[in-house]
Amino acid sequence: MAEPAATKRERPERTEPPGRSEHRERGSVEDAVIATRGLTKRYRGGQLAVDGLDLTVPAGSVFGFLGPNGSGKTTTIRMLMGLIEPTSGTARVLGRPMPREARAVLPGVGALIEGPALYGFLSGRDNLLRYDAADPGADPRTRRERVAEALDRVGLSAAAGKKAKAYSLGMKQRLGLAAALLQPRHLLVLDEPTNGLDPQGMREIRTLVRELASDGTTVFLSSHLLDEIEQVCTHAAVMAQGRLITQGPVADLSAGARGRLVVTTPDVADAARVLKEQGAGDVVVAEDRVTAEPPDRDLADVNTALVTAGVRVRGFAVERASLEDAFVALTGEGFDVAG
Amino acid sequence: MSRAETRRPVRTPSPLWTFGLLRSELSITFRRWRTLALLGVLAAVPVLVGVAVKIETSDGSSFGGGGGGGEGPAFISQISNNGLFLVFTALAATLPFFLPMAVGVVAGDAIAGEASAGTLRYLLVAPAGRTRLLLTKYATVIAFCLAATLVVAVSALVVGALLFPVGDLITISGTRIGYAEGLGRAFLIALVVAASLVGVAALGLFVSTLTGSGIAAMATTVGLLITVQILDQIPQLDALQPYFFSHYWLSFADLMREPVYWDDLTRNLGLQALYAAVFGSAAWARFSAKDITA
Repeated sequence: MAEPAATKRERPERTEPPGRSEHRERGSVEDAVIATRGLTKRYRGGQLAVDGLDLTVPAGSVFGFLGPNGSGKTTTIRMLMGLIEPTSGTARVLGRPMPREARAVLPGVGALIEGPALYGFLSGRDNLLRYDAADPGADPRTRRERVAEALDRVGLSAAAGKKAKAYSLGMKQRLGLAAALLQPRHLLVLDEPTNGLDPQGMREIRTLVRELASDGTTVFLSSHLLDEIEQVCTHAAVMAQGRLITQGPVADLSAGARGRLVVTTPDVADAARVLKEQGAGDVVVAEDRVTAEPPDRDLADVNTALVTAGVRVRGFAVERASLEDAFVALTGEGFDVAG
Repeated sequence: MSRAETRRPVRTPSPLWTFGLLRSELSITFRRWRTLALLGVLAAVPVLVGVAVKIETSDGSSFGGGGGGGEGPAFISQISNNGLFLVFTALAATLPFFLPMAVGVVAGDAIAGEASAGTLRYLLVAPAGRTRLLLTKYATVIAFCLAATLVVAVSALVVGALLFPVGDLITISGTRIGYAEGLGRAFLIALVVAASLVGVAALGLFVSTLTGSGIAAMATTVGLLITVQILDQIPQLDALQPYFFSHYWLSFADLMREPVYWDDLTRNLGLQALYAAVFGSAAWARFSAKDITA
């Protein structure tokens, strides 16, 4: 706390404690922060939790890792963090093989795995001091300062002295996040980070994620909430039943599922007829709305055709496909818990 | 976008770091209410024994009347003559059960407790390193063995000095030694008693790596302790008994002989070292290969 307050707002790379060497990885693998090849985990008892995963997380991305509960997201994350030994396949994190080089990789990774875990009998601050003491790369001289900074960053400064068992779920979640932010990280792995948070808290987390990403930190965000991923992520991967269904930039994924033309009108029957004539497919009529797959021609002409046919058009729009539509299109199923 | 690429984390761990983790471990162990409660119970034992002996001997008679049944040295009959004997009596009273039980609780909880709280995964991704974490845990349990023994010894020393006369004392062999040397022997005995718990500590740590439930690990360790104590009393098993970790526990009394009778003392320490090596290795083999799913 005796340090000048000016260090607080600096970029993470400059607040690194002195004496820490920065090596440029020679011949680094692609541009991937996480790269797995055929990563597979079969638990004792034969249950195949993750099946031949080929995941590539580009550096600097905010990567959404999507899938229903039980689809193998957490098992994958645990393998990436060296907590679980893969049955077969390889995983590289920050360009190094895991779990073999965990000692070199993990100090650069901040993680929130399956919710926060805290020592209830310690205060929030002491919990962070404890986790920081476990990190070999953490400089004890800057420990208190970094803990205070992390608490401040997640908005817990006022409750820092309270015992963690008195924390609400949202506060615990924030403290877990603070533990991941004790050091400047190259990669943040956040497993369901907004669990238990109120809408305001969720918004704060999203802002924080964007902030971190703009500092160059790659953020790997798992969630079962599609709109959450859609709001913050640049890339996404979708898992179901242990398999990777798709991965890529979010824009491409949504584009895979085409938007729908929506015409609002009291004359639905006429509208449907005209739309079919204009080449629209999959025309669906509902009350005062007609939806269809847009035809391959200028939509202005379609609208003109409707109007000249005497259809009274109240609304004419193309609804952009959401990630949810993309997901349903990919899996052909809802977003339910896998058995 | 590729800025992260240029900052790969290759950090050299500070050599002092292991001690930082150990200090953190010690502080959270000794700040727990449970640990303090265990130490409190241990501190109360000498008080109870001392007060009981005081009441029993308040009419001037000697305690126990030579009926010192079976096992253990008859230190208790000497307490009213010299308060220092309360130290030996209290250690002899707590070594068979209270002390190892307390150690079993702390050792059993060491890894399994972190696993059931979920904190283990965060320590490992910090990354504490599995081997280092295990060594730190074991060092902390050993520190607790020492602390627990010293709590009994110091409590007994204070209670003994308050309730009974102190001065020169008579060894088991019948020779007389000065109070200062008596204190020295008492300290040595406390160290030997603490060392006697090293085996249970290793066993508890091993059990702790087997389960994800702190309570289950504690119960199993204490259960094993009781089982071994019972088996040690069954004459038909005398071929096995020298390998029970508790078999030579009460050999610490030999330090009160003149000259000191070392045979059983060294056997005890050797046996504890063997248990530490065997179960320490087993704990390491188990923990370093374990899938952390909790």
